[in-house]
Amino acid sequence: MNIPKELKYSKDHEWVAVEGNLATIGVTDFAQSQLGDVVFIELPDEDRVVTAGEAFSVIESVKAVSDVYAPVSGKIVKVNQALEDAPDWVNQDPYHDGWIAVIELTNDSEIDSLLSNEDYERVVAAEGGHQ
Amino acid sequence: MTAKQTPLYETHLRYGGRIVEFGGWLLPVQYTGIKEEHQAVRKRAGLFDVSHMGEVRVTGANSLNFLQNLVTNDVSRLANNQVLYTPMCYPNGGTVDDLLVYKKRDKDYLLVINAANIEKDFEWMQSCTQDFDIKLENISTQMAQLALQGPLSQQILGKITSVPLSKLKYYWFWPDIEVAGKKVLLSRTGYTGEDGFEIYCSPEDAVPIWNSILEAGTSEGILPVGLGCRDTLRFEACFPLYGHELSSDISPIEAGIGMFVKLDKGDFIGCEVLRKQKLNGTARKIVGFEMVDRGVARAGYSVTQADREIGTVTTGSYAPSLDKNLGLAFIKSDHAKLGQAIAIQIRDKNVSAQIIAKPFYKREGK
Repeated sequence: MNIPKELKYSKDHEWVAVEGNLATIGVTDFAQSQLGDVVFIELPDEDRVVTAGEAFSVIESVKAVSDVYAPVSGKIVKVNQALEDAPDWVNQDPYHDGWIAVIELTNDSEIDSLLSNEDYERVVAAEGGHQ
Repeated sequence: MTAKQTPLYETHLRYGGRIVEFGGWLLPVQYTGIKEEHQAVRKRAGLFDVSHMGEVRVTGANSLNFLQNLVTNDVSRLANNQVLYTPMCYPNGGTVDDLLVYKKRDKDYLLVINAANIEKDFEWMQSCTQDFDIKLENISTQMAQLALQGPLSQQILGKITSVPLSKLKYYWFWPDIEVAGKKVLLSRTGYTGEDGFEIYCSPEDAVPIWNSILEAGTSEGILPVGLGCRDTLRFEACFPLYGHELSSDISPIEAGIGMFVKLDKGDFIGCEVLRKQKLNGTARKIVGFEMVDRGVARAGYSVTQADREIGTVTTGSYAPSLDKNLGLAFIKSDHAKLGQAIAIQIRDKNVSAQIIAKPFYKREGK
């Protein structure tokens, strides 16, 4: 399972890449492997204001519907429109081409409560016991 | 209730199967991925563990009369070694289950029923025995079942059996033949819309047969395949699934499988209601639809027209062979015309869809 060191994580299996006051969000390699073949992504509207923990996007795989939760609060300033035509980027390249949205942070301190790669690895180990 | 394991449970784990609970059984939903496994079955071959299916043996002097009363299709037309697909209904026309009837010989039949319905079906069958001299046995635990499906199935199976498979016609079976050196019942049946075979064997032979088939099919590109693609395959072929397109609330006529309801065979359970439905039509029916706008319909979502609810989605999915988002829905018949615009309520939004012809997928030459 690929869990890059330089990223932060939520226990809901989103990754966060912070640059200045912008946070790029996607779902983790573990999440995409659990979802299976992704066939559709409902992207949020740009300019939508979200609160940490709020469902802001929906990923549909062949068999399942899953919410994506905002790991941090802020305004959505950019969404990955390419996923409309190529939702399987989430499977193929979850940390790069499979990014979902960029959020402009309203509360920097939320970043500190996200998980490190090591903490997230423990979450995956606990949930992945049956895989 | 603890979920049950089939004889192949450990084998599924070894092959990387992702296990889910289905109808009280632990079974793989997928190995490598539903889309890849789906395409393997459409283009080459896939091997399913369907040991969770139930089997009931019917023997005794009145077996035929009992079955003729119990199910809607005409069992009397079966020759020895022939298979029949049939609904089984309640007196009100609602469906108890859909099943396969295998005629081994006079007064000896094997019924194959859905896993989640085994107890319900068996109790129902027992409650229908009073006027008949027959013996009913639930032999589900004594049998394992594999399904080899896909256009290269015969080529693969031919390598591990000496019987002339090309002589086994669609919906026929051989009761006692050898596959991979084990005695099995082999039928040319399946629920994927492809050519293929179903293999019934003793539970202890399931693993060696499974391994032999996968080994035999390596050069053909066979894959072990899970329940996930079993559902997308049967859905594209528009075969009904119990609990979705068939239920105690949905009759076979409403489900669009009236060709398996034979009204000229004499009385049977549900025949009065089903006769009226065939004659007068039904208020609701199962239709196929294609999403026009972006979105995936799922079972249970509301179907609307002009903001009025007209029914419910029974199955909705991305269809891997067709690369479209499609669905089946149980809706008011007045709104069921081909080409009709409808909407599917997906997360509080009405998303456009259109009623299209069934089946969505048909294999070449069929």
